[in-house]
Amino acid sequence: MIRLAEQPFDPGALLSEFTRGRAETGAVATFTGIARAERGATTVLELEAYPGFTEAEIGKIADQARERFGLHDLAILHRVGKIGPGEPIVFVATAAGHRRAAFEACDFLMDYLKSKAPFWKKEHGPDGDRWIEPTAQDHADRERWS
Amino acid sequence: MARVLLFGPLRDLAGWREREIEAASLAALRGFLVDEDADLGAALAGPGVQVAVDQAVVRGDVGLSAGSEVAFLPPMSGG
Repeated sequence: MIRLAEQPFDPGALLSEFTRGRAETGAVATFTGIARAERGATTVLELEAYPGFTEAEIGKIADQARERFGLHDLAILHRVGKIGPGEPIVFVATAAGHRRAAFEACDFLMDYLKSKAPFWKKEHGPDGDRWIEPTAQDHADRERWS
Repeated sequence: MARVLLFGPLRDLAGWREREIEAASLAALRGFLVDEDADLGAALAGPGVQVAVDQAVVRGDVGLSAGSEVAFLPPMSGG
């Protein structure tokens, strides 16, 4: 499942749904990213995607992750639109036979999502709006997998 | 008519996000946009700006047909 969501979501409900009915999966790992307030510097985060294209590009990396880590399944849900501090922004779940593959696949997917996925991100704060680029750390994190 | 989409900072620069523009090729479309708004035209040719036609990234010039969707994608920021 790869999906963009305009509305807030409940990571717990997604995890319950993802975990249900698995007899051969020994491990499910998840990551939930939450929008930070940056001590008042960010009042709202705005994420823009290109519907259709964004899911397809994420799908290509998801296929790489399936193959590389031998995943049984994965789920990625990403918010778009305006997101307030404290709201979940991204949810990734990976299912594998054993924990190492599930953990690593989750880490791999997040490094891609944070650095290269087709989103455009704007911070709205008390001092105005600004478009955000990936940080050097985001790029370095992504490089670990090449 | 091609359906032209702008994303991220390009949308703010242009002041629009989606328009229908008559153009037989990507080069012709770029020419039309440069004539209309030189700053936008320069930004569309700027470093790291990719173009997708019907949701597939293209390089160089390509022909456009009625109903083509052309998206200008500035450097992606990740989520």
